Amino acid sequence: MTFIAKPKLHHPKLPTNSLGLTRRDYEGAVSTLCAGCGHDSISAAIVQSCFELDLPPHRIAKLSGIGCSSKTPTYFLGAAHGFNSVHGRMPSVLTGANLANRDLIYLGVSGDGDSASIGLGQFAHSVRRGVNMVYIVENNGVYGLTKGQFSATSDKGSKSKKGVVNTDSTIDLVAMALQLGATFVARSFSGDKDQLVPLISAALMHKGAAFIDCISPCVAFNNHLGSTKSFDFVREHNAAVNALDFMSDHETITASYPPGTVETVEQHDGSSIRLRKLAATYDPHDRVAAMNYLAERHFAGEIVTGLLYVEHESEDLHGHLGTIATPLNQLGERELCPGAEALERLNAGLR
Amino acid sequence: MPHALERINDFVVKFANVNGSGSASSNQLFAKAVLRMGIPVVSRNIFPSNIQGLPTWFEVRISEAGHLGCRGGTDLMVAMNPQTWDKDIASIEPGGYLFYDSTKPLPPEKFGKDINVIGVPLTAISNQRYSDPRQRQLFKNIIYVGALAALLDIDMKVVETLIGEQFKGKDKLIAPNLEALHLGYDYARENFACPLGIRLRHSDKVGNRISIDGNSAAGLGAVYGGATVCAWYPITPSTSLAEAFQRYCKRYRQEPETGQNRYAIIQAEDELASIGMVVGAAWNGARAFTATSGPGISLMTEFIGLAYFAEIPAVIFNVQRGGPSTGMPTRTQQADILACAYASHGDTKHVLLFPEDPKECFDFGALSFDLADRLQTPIFVMLDLEIGMNDRLCEPFTWDDERRLDRGKVMTAEELEAGKNFGRYLDVDGDGIPYRTYPGTHPTRGSFFTRGSTRDRYAKYSEEGPVYQDNMERLLLKFETAKKLVPAPVLVKAAKPTRLGAIYFGSTSPAMSEALEHLADENIVLDTLRVRGFPFSDEVMDFIAEHERVFVVEQNRDGQLRMLLVNEGGIDPAKLVRILHYDGTPITARFISREIAEDLAGPSIVPVREAV
Repeated sequence: MTFIAKPKLHHPKLPTNSLGLTRRDYEGAVSTLCAGCGHDSISAAIVQSCFELDLPPHRIAKLSGIGCSSKTPTYFLGAAHGFNSVHGRMPSVLTGANLANRDLIYLGVSGDGDSASIGLGQFAHSVRRGVNMVYIVENNGVYGLTKGQFSATSDKGSKSKKGVVNTDSTIDLVAMALQLGATFVARSFSGDKDQLVPLISAALMHKGAAFIDCISPCVAFNNHLGSTKSFDFVREHNAAVNALDFMSDHETITASYPPGTVETVEQHDGSSIRLRKLAATYDPHDRVAAMNYLAERHFAGEIVTGLLYVEHESEDLHGHLGTIATPLNQLGERELCPGAEALERLNAGLR
Repeated sequence: MPHALERINDFVVKFANVNGSGSASSNQLFAKAVLRMGIPVVSRNIFPSNIQGLPTWFEVRISEAGHLGCRGGTDLMVAMNPQTWDKDIASIEPGGYLFYDSTKPLPPEKFGKDINVIGVPLTAISNQRYSDPRQRQLFKNIIYVGALAALLDIDMKVVETLIGEQFKGKDKLIAPNLEALHLGYDYARENFACPLGIRLRHSDKVGNRISIDGNSAAGLGAVYGGATVCAWYPITPSTSLAEAFQRYCKRYRQEPETGQNRYAIIQAEDELASIGMVVGAAWNGARAFTATSGPGISLMTEFIGLAYFAEIPAVIFNVQRGGPSTGMPTRTQQADILACAYASHGDTKHVLLFPEDPKECFDFGALSFDLADRLQTPIFVMLDLEIGMNDRLCEPFTWDDERRLDRGKVMTAEELEAGKNFGRYLDVDGDGIPYRTYPGTHPTRGSFFTRGSTRDRYAKYSEEGPVYQDNMERLLLKFETAKKLVPAPVLVKAAKPTRLGAIYFGSTSPAMSEALEHLADENIVLDTLRVRGFPFSDEVMDFIAEHERVFVVEQNRDGQLRMLLVNEGGIDPAKLVRILHYDGTPITARFISREIAEDLAGPSIVPVREAV
């Protein structure tokens, strides 16, 4: 971790996006996480996605719970409002915020302790309500901030740094998100920027509950032999299902992806995502198949990464509720208060 | 023959029913008919935490004098429930009346002494006329309303009009209901000397008052107060508040052109999520609230602490019930005062409002959103089951169309652009309240990080002792500001000078007013102060200082308001006498006056009763 303040000056020739902003304008404070922490790579991926998508940083609301992962919103999008809420309760705060102003982009950042243990209920209900959000779990299978206890995503049989073996079954949040009706479900790995950045970009453009489980090894407590979330273990057991290339209206973001078949998924806002299938038979539009494939690979000891499921014409919570297009926080007396005359009529009915 | 009570427009009728039998609407028809005759009336549902098969009572107090508190005792018992028969008979006042279904004969020992028995074969009448079992049950209820109309001299035209209103739109149901009504009416007229000694007479004492339950009024207040987000979890007795909000939103909050909603209501997965959504919505600039009861408050306390410390507006309607734990979920208490005043870990204090009736539920319901935005903190509106779930006669609702929503200190994009200094936790004008910005306001200025951990005046994380203390002291200053913003207490001076005072709040109000009359009859006079908000304003402490002995009347075991007074005002506890009613039934005037009179009759007190 570092205590050096970030210099405000930057090179005049740094590339800018269509808003005239540089990548630096999407950064936050200097991270206080451990050097080499996977979470910092995820923050960097978020910065890159938002920059490439030309998103105005202040139109994003970043919310988190409690824990190492939940500290990260301080380290990206400094111009955005952030909310470091209560342990396991980010989803409800995000849901409320989203109800208040449907025009902002909501980015929820959580950890495996925050979402799979104390906040499992709120994770589940925010997903099943279809809140329009990007929900990223920075999953390291360990409680970092309290120094190395198992979390609910720790694999059964894995060993802690102190040598304790986990005997509890694991919770796979990806499997749960699929079952709960999330309309965008993906998994990635913090060390795989080529895969992660397009996934985050696609999730940011998706309308509805977009969930990304991002395996992010803990360099302090869960990156040792015996851990199933260490860098080495994940790299060896990673079975990528597809590569994703995001293409916005403004400019196609090209990346060095391996060749393969390409499928363009039309999003409701007109933008599109291109799916590059690595597994020839994989179809990201079939929820049941995704659930089966995930389970099958899980029992084969593999971690599936990539976009597992996406729904084209998804409706979000505002759609379910039939709320007006104007953000609720912009309404004034005229729209909200029925007035004295209506009250007088109401009084008459109560006599 | 036992003597028979003779009273006009001043008696208590109690209906003993089995829940799920369809009696509620016919009982309400009865109460509404009395009201339409211009006679003040208050009704109470006394119900179990159950859907079908358990005892339930509906108590109607008719009072020309306008006493709306629970009186105690019953003058006419409509005993429709064999399960509670003995207890119901025992509660009838000497000289009172028993009305029952005489289809099955009962042995004489089942009827007690000194009561007047009126048996109407309701089941037989109903079964003779109707064949469908459901109709037999429902019309039996209407038949007894008809019989009571004859016995109590209720204006049949009024009842007929009400039936017409009730079934408006389902017009084919009107005639059968009218027929059932007359079956009962005619039977009573033919078989008894109508009316009884207790009877009704048209009056004009209702005036332009309205009758509504406090939960509906509070839900309506939230609509008028500009609430757009409601997140709640069902819990008795608060459920009907969120449902009322929904009902009124459907009526008043649909965009005419599109039919889309200017509100969002979420039935959350639990109370933690409810308050979380409220906090999130309010952080983002919407007016948001939740409605709950004691157990919900317990679950919400972590978030309440966050909202206090991070200074986020939130409105919490707490419709109190009997605690602790599940306690008495369908009975009334004022037992969450301390749990709300000091909710959450660490040093916290919260603003509480205490409405006395549906009118104040509406007023405070709307006001609470202004206070929450102005003070940037949780505001508790403390109803209870007694006000929340019972129809209560109150002054009509009023609204000033010139009134504007007070959104408090919110810095705009223009102000930020002009270079106005923004520190999220910076007090710029000495009232302890900082400016906030809504997310998304300005591209480069005014963003900040909201957190439950310590930070400096510019919202920057800091664990420095002085920084922490500076913030905590500013929060105290803000609480001082709140004193001037909560509704002022209502002082009622006795007709002559007295050294005695009484402090009360919330649903105790009507019983207290009536108790003062009882006490005056015994030449005991008290000044009273009805507390309407916490933090206590200086007037509350002045009132205590100005009286030698102050009774604190409340509906809980431990004297929670008294504790709050002692704690916040540095009051000598010996000066504050507890008058505590907490068995789950509403406090009565009889109870208050008896307790106060007994206390004053005690040996330790210098003369308080003046010579007659």
